[in-house]
Amino acid sequence: MSFLRRLSRNRLGLLGLIVLFVVVLLALVTPILPLQDPNATETADRFLRPFSEGHLLGTDHLGRDLLSRLLWGTRLSLTVGFAAAVIAATIGAAIGIVAGYFGGTTDNVIMRGVDMLMAFPYILLALAIVAALGPGLLNALIAVAAVNVPFFARNIRGITVGLAHKEWVDAARLSGMGHARIILSEILPNVVPVIVIAMSTTVGWMILETAGLSFLGLGSQPPTADLGSMLGEARAALISAPHTSVVPGLMILIVVMSINLLGDGVRDALDPRLRSGALTRPRPATMVSRKSVPKGEGRGILALQDLETQFHVGRRVYRAVGGVSLHVEPGECLGIIGESGSGKSVTALSVMSLVASPPGVITGGAVRYRDRDLVGMRYLDLRHLRGDRIAYIFQDPLATLHPLYRVGDQLTEAIRVHHRVSGREAWDRAIDLLRQVRIPNAAERANSYPHEMSGGMRQRVGIAMALANDPDVIIADEPTTALDVTVQAQVLSILDDLRRDRGLAIVFITHDFGVVAQLCDRVAVMYAGKIVEQGPTHVVLNDPAHPYTRLLIQSVPELGQGRRDLVSISGLPPPVEDLPPGCAFAPRCPKCEPDCTVAPIPMLGSDHHAARCIHPETPLREAAE
Amino acid sequence: MGAYIVKRLISAIPVLLGITVIVFAIMALIPGDPATAILGSYATPENVERLNRDLGLDRPAWQRYFVWLANMLQGEFGRSFRLNRPVIDEVLERFNATLILAGTSFVLCTIFGILAGTVSAARQYGWADKAITFAVLLGISIPSFFLGMMMILIFAVNLQWLPVSGMYAIYGGGDLPDLLWHLIMPATALAVVATGVVARLSRSAMLEVLRQDFIRTARAKGVPERRVIWRHALKAAMVSIIPVLGIQAGFVLSGAVYIEIVFQWPGIGRMLVDAILTRDILLVQGGVVFVAACYVLFNIVVDVAQALLDPRIKT
Repeated sequence: MSFLRRLSRNRLGLLGLIVLFVVVLLALVTPILPLQDPNATETADRFLRPFSEGHLLGTDHLGRDLLSRLLWGTRLSLTVGFAAAVIAATIGAAIGIVAGYFGGTTDNVIMRGVDMLMAFPYILLALAIVAALGPGLLNALIAVAAVNVPFFARNIRGITVGLAHKEWVDAARLSGMGHARIILSEILPNVVPVIVIAMSTTVGWMILETAGLSFLGLGSQPPTADLGSMLGEARAALISAPHTSVVPGLMILIVVMSINLLGDGVRDALDPRLRSGALTRPRPATMVSRKSVPKGEGRGILALQDLETQFHVGRRVYRAVGGVSLHVEPGECLGIIGESGSGKSVTALSVMSLVASPPGVITGGAVRYRDRDLVGMRYLDLRHLRGDRIAYIFQDPLATLHPLYRVGDQLTEAIRVHHRVSGREAWDRAIDLLRQVRIPNAAERANSYPHEMSGGMRQRVGIAMALANDPDVIIADEPTTALDVTVQAQVLSILDDLRRDRGLAIVFITHDFGVVAQLCDRVAVMYAGKIVEQGPTHVVLNDPAHPYTRLLIQSVPELGQGRRDLVSISGLPPPVEDLPPGCAFAPRCPKCEPDCTVAPIPMLGSDHHAARCIHPETPLREAAE
Repeated sequence: MGAYIVKRLISAIPVLLGITVIVFAIMALIPGDPATAILGSYATPENVERLNRDLGLDRPAWQRYFVWLANMLQGEFGRSFRLNRPVIDEVLERFNATLILAGTSFVLCTIFGILAGTVSAARQYGWADKAITFAVLLGISIPSFFLGMMMILIFAVNLQWLPVSGMYAIYGGGDLPDLLWHLIMPATALAVVATGVVARLSRSAMLEVLRQDFIRTARAKGVPERRVIWRHALKAAMVSIIPVLGIQAGFVLSGAVYIEIVFQWPGIGRMLVDAILTRDILLVQGGVVFVAACYVLFNIVVDVAQALLDPRIKT
């Protein structure tokens, strides 16, 4: 079973399992071990040190054998702790299932009660219960179980609410099954794993808590002793005979720690996010692992040379970007277009090493900005360029703006991390930026939080932020995708003006040919991590060479052109962890020939217009016009 | 914000009432006759009956509850028969000592827990992360009373750096430095478990946040990594850390009982244990209700802090 395999790979979890197993085994066989009577007092042998004759761990204040008392005490503590956990889990789960399944008033009343119980500081409630029932181990067990019931009830209710509205539960109800049967046969089996996990994380607590009550003298009563009351009795002789305290104390520590280790191991083994790497911290810059660096100077202000970016997840390698070369001149707008998953966003993020890493790795190529290679650049140098010379505009500004800072502060920060200006000055500049992107009442809006703005306004804030330091290049990753058409047109015209006024180079990533036609001078079409066609916008749009480009253009509905047959491209792009040797589009291509699938296809044509196709739709001229 | 605080205070009223009902119900479970418990088994039946009438114990439970509640609202918690002193005086005096202890521990666990968790997340899988993770595991597995005893052995008995127990020195003490001096060990011992819990949660909250898009935006702006972690990420992570701080406040407040016993700290936990062992029911009742009510009010402070941090919460 893969769960057990994953658990066994977690070395600490395995250690916990082994230690716990040994302790439980010892506790189980205690009655048949050749131990002395744990309650036999011998006043002559008081406080014998460990390793004394006949007493391996020494004796306590009444001359009782510590080893024997330790094992019997462990047995008792484990029993009580586990019993409390089982009782709390059973009652808590029952309450949670009833509340979650029936919902409505039942749920309301029950959960109100649970909230009341949770309003008590944890141990205080246990003390109150013991106060009522009187000191004693059984009463301590009841108290500890009772204070843990709300925890289980709340967790299980959450799960049950989700289950109660599933189709199969509705089906069972319609087929005339009673509530009790539905709960037992449909709900319970799905809830049990959650109960077990919740128990594994709380049983350590319960052992600690019962030990605590016994330590206070409210749990097990003399002469029987669990670990807690052993420690409580030993406290009087802490200074003169510390070993009587250390022995039971260490045992509690060992038991609880092994349970916690095991619990963590179980949780980690079950957590899918941990496996997929969704809980790893991305580094400040993407990892770089290049065998060689392409020579030569880049064209334009920003040039990508054979850039390769991969995602390494476990043993799998996803080639998201497989050798992309591009460049953009000052004042020029280059569009990158492709379906989702074609690698266009990863290409854009790779420029400034912003691909989350792990799992992202830049495995080849270079990014030249003014003849400096941005790939593998020292983090400090990279950071100085980020947002200052090369800035980004991201899609979905609700997620990309910090939810807890005012937009004015976020703009101010963008300025102040690169320029030594006063806060006042930066704030004024921030308001100025908001005006430039045509936000009405800019001075007021600077005080807003992102969630208080509309999508179009937030997107403008994103643009203002990119403009904060008057960069040379702006990389815009689908900045208009989330917007409605009128707002989209406004945002595009803002970008277009800026490009003309400031000589800004723009790399514009989109999946929308309409946007490309409106804004871009040149366009590059991406498919499965590679550029398949590149050229001036009007040439590519009017005279596409690659069949993919043609199909992509035909799949766009055009306004005002009347009814037209829309073409959809059959099939799906190939998975980037398993690319075919030849043309990646071949399996979906209507014009596919046998030679398409044999070897990698190079870019053919000229600097002006090129396509990765050996059977192009229009002949590609070798030389520029 | 003022309206929000008032709203939260009003919504706390049913919770506070619920607490009194629960405490009253638990105490009503007590087997036997309280008057006999107070007067001892040699009391004459007439005396028992008179005391029952004086205490209102001959009336039905719901009437007794309302009498008790009405008295409490007037600050009248009854008298402790063992101490022969008004419950409220004893509770306030003892609670003061507990508040000093638990408050210090709460501050410690907040600062060090968040610090450790953030460093751990920022250095995920590095040696600092591993060391902190192990220390946290040790911290949440060690019983605080055992830790306290070991600290006494090491720092008070062997090294003689710190006082063994108590809140003030017996001779010549009583000022603030003396109090702080006595506070170091118990506050630390009490804070260890809570620090572990806070550190653990801070780590996972930070890891969650560091994956978010707005962190990438901050990096794309050129924000220094240190600022990305300690400002952008930590501020967002605080949204999930603050509720846990509220729970930990309850934990140090009630968990103080062990530490108070180990270090002879004159707090309310020790008072409650003594009261339970001597069956001083009114003192237990009053003490539990008082501490629980303080905790409910503290949780309002937590909610307000949350609302101040997160503008998305409707105030």
